[in-house]
Amino acid sequence: MENTVNTDYILELKDVSVSYGGGRNAVDKVSASVSPNTVTAIMGPSGCGKSTLLRAINRLHELYRDITTTGDIFLKGQSIFRMNPMMVRRLAGMVFQRPNPFPTMSIYGNVLAGYRLNNIPLSKAEKDCVVEKSLREVNLWDEVKDSLGKKGTFLSGGQQQRLCIARTLALRPELLLMDEPTSALDPISTARIEELILELKKEYTIVIVTHNMSQAARISCNSMFMYLGELIEFGPTKQMFTKPKDKRTEDYLTGSFG
Amino acid sequence: MKDRLFKAGLLAAACMIVLLTAAIVYGLVVRSMDAFERFGIAGFISSSAWDSQTDDYGALPFIAGTVVTATVALVLCIPFSLSVSLFNGEYFRGRKLAVVAGSIIDLLAGVPSIVFGLWGFYTLRPVLVAAGISGQGFGILLASTVLAIMIVPYSSSLSAEFIAMTPAALKEGAYSLGATRMETIRYVSLPVASSGIFASYILASGRALGETMAVTMLIGNTNNIPRSLSDTGNTMAGIIANQFGEAGGLKLSSLMAIGLLLFLLTAAVNLVAKYIMKIVSR
Amino acid sequence: MKKAFFASPAYRSAKSRAFFIAVCLFSTAAMAPLFLILWELVEKGHRQFRPELFTHVAPTSMEAMLARISGEAIPGGILNGLTGTLTVLTIAILMAIPLGIWTGIYLAEKRGMLMARLVSSLSDLLQGMPSIVVGVIVYVWVVRPMSSYSALAGGVALAVMMLPMVVRSTEESLKMLPVSLKEAGLSLGGSYMSVVLRILLPSAFSGLFTGALLAISRVMGETAPLLVTILGAATVNWDISRPVSSVPLLIWEFYNDPNLVGLIWASSLLLLLAVLGINILAKSIASKWKIQ
Repeated sequence: MENTVNTDYILELKDVSVSYGGGRNAVDKVSASVSPNTVTAIMGPSGCGKSTLLRAINRLHELYRDITTTGDIFLKGQSIFRMNPMMVRRLAGMVFQRPNPFPTMSIYGNVLAGYRLNNIPLSKAEKDCVVEKSLREVNLWDEVKDSLGKKGTFLSGGQQQRLCIARTLALRPELLLMDEPTSALDPISTARIEELILELKKEYTIVIVTHNMSQAARISCNSMFMYLGELIEFGPTKQMFTKPKDKRTEDYLTGSFG
Repeated sequence: MKDRLFKAGLLAAACMIVLLTAAIVYGLVVRSMDAFERFGIAGFISSSAWDSQTDDYGALPFIAGTVVTATVALVLCIPFSLSVSLFNGEYFRGRKLAVVAGSIIDLLAGVPSIVFGLWGFYTLRPVLVAAGISGQGFGILLASTVLAIMIVPYSSSLSAEFIAMTPAALKEGAYSLGATRMETIRYVSLPVASSGIFASYILASGRALGETMAVTMLIGNTNNIPRSLSDTGNTMAGIIANQFGEAGGLKLSSLMAIGLLLFLLTAAVNLVAKYIMKIVSR
Repeated sequence: MKKAFFASPAYRSAKSRAFFIAVCLFSTAAMAPLFLILWELVEKGHRQFRPELFTHVAPTSMEAMLARISGEAIPGGILNGLTGTLTVLTIAILMAIPLGIWTGIYLAEKRGMLMARLVSSLSDLLQGMPSIVVGVIVYVWVVRPMSSYSALAGGVALAVMMLPMVVRSTEESLKMLPVSLKEAGLSLGGSYMSVVLRILLPSAFSGLFTGALLAISRVMGETAPLLVTILGAATVNWDISRPVSSVPLLIWEFYNDPNLVGLIWASSLLLLLAVLGINILAKSIASKWKIQ
């Protein structure tokens, strides 16, 4: 399998299926490839398995019993199932639907949480540097630089989500996985996160799950459309929105269902 | 009409609780008066005397013994009860194994104090003697060890609930940054649940402070301030249980005074725990 | 180099694994005493566990000594303790359960009101009260005025201990009922009293029953409060105004008498089995009820 992998792609999915035990697969034989420095949107009606697919890339399903993942996923040409799960999760950073800053840690501590959790010791100067750089990357530095010692939970929802992105970026991941990162946010915060994603594209590769078609159109280069666990269509976003190949994609994009 | 009578009945029942509490406090205070008048409150608390000949009594050795045994028991119980709460609230949460383990721990809470005392006396004491910790085995260490076992159910079951309440989103956040399960527990689950865990340990220590039979069977019942873990001593509950039957006059009043102090001590401890719990659950 | 080692995934995984194993070991150790205690009681007490245990009163120290000298088993049983425990528990149940349920209803119905908050805090206070203090206070209010130790005093002491537990369990099980249940009853024109008594209480019955059983099992093995309230008696006595014995009290007496000490195991085994049995019964009722 390994020698068939094209290392030009940063992420390759091969026949990935996820089952919650019994019944239909939540994700069924999805194959796709993602090139570096792109934004890939995963769209589809709720319950189509888009979040489940994203979480499989982070190997989060292993935390729960009764969830089995089959097929193979390659990160920079290496199968993630042959890597240490902790390594996988560090290389593929995850941003969740609802902002989840650690309530017991300060803003400063939250940005450095990855280092602390991974037992990587840093000097004070290194810490300050990582915190400032990461917070600047998410355009949060100016807003919080005077209250780094405060708890992260005091921030607004949008700020919290940017803090969570900073927390993920601090570990310098190869890939950024975002699971509907703006679904819990107001329009203004959403716009700021979208701007941020476009900026981050220069340095990172992003896969983002969204139920918002216009968001996908605004920020993504490529799009996947999933329906009932299957990958129906995958291609450049522009093409998908203007000339969808599949009837189901067209129905979804025109609002006939979902 | 009937409804009003019914509601009045409910209120009357509730008033009984208030009355009962008032009667308890009043009875203890009135009966302790003689001792407090004779020795003074501060004098009684700070005196180490316990002499029927000269009718001179003080509570210090018993207060010390109570606080020391409860504290040592609390420290000893932490590794065990924290393990049990992680076992039930994190590693095996919602699974059959956790239900079984939880039931066993609950049953342990039901074992009568006197049975724990017998077990400590006949099984644990010889172990301490063989280990050369103290000649007879009796003392703070023996009493605290048995106390620790007795309070594991109280501290662990509440802590497990608080640990289980840690939001999955936070744990996933930690895992997604590459943390191991232990690191997630250490840096996320435990800090998030910390106040609840703290409160459950305070509640457990309230149990330890008031425990009577097991402690009195194991601590050695000597009226001195314990100097070391292998030293013997006595607790407030212990001295009351041992000497109440034969006491009269000033001695009885002194025992009542110790009872009042013990009541206040446990009430304060429980109040603090309940207060923290209230804040946490909000 | 050293830094890299401690941060290496393999090292950290191993550490996490080791921590899990430690948690399992410590948990097992925490549960072990239950089985160790049961084993010891069975091993040492099964020979004394015979019909005589239930039909004869406890022997005197002299009888036991003579038996020991001639190498026979200690004669007698714990009948006086069993009847005493029965009497004292019955008195406690009759007092604590009606009052506790009544108060629990009050708390569940008037939640949030000042009086309810006060009563709720006070019942917490009572629940945390050391058992010996309960004994002492009953001595003051019951034994002294009656100028005699008595089964009644013991019953009052155990009732004081049971009361807060019954109040809590009643309140909790009533609060778990959906509000719609009460509204439905009232909308059908039922009076407040009949809705509470005919609809709410029966719906919460298994919760109340479980709570009462757990409360009984908790006070059944209590020794300290009885020590200063019932005194103990060598014969079977059904008069509640006079001293009686009880099983835990007999164990305490046997423990303190070198001639009788052989009897502690069978009596403790009986006591423990009764307590655990009631506990398990209560739990199984609770779990059956939850499924429905």
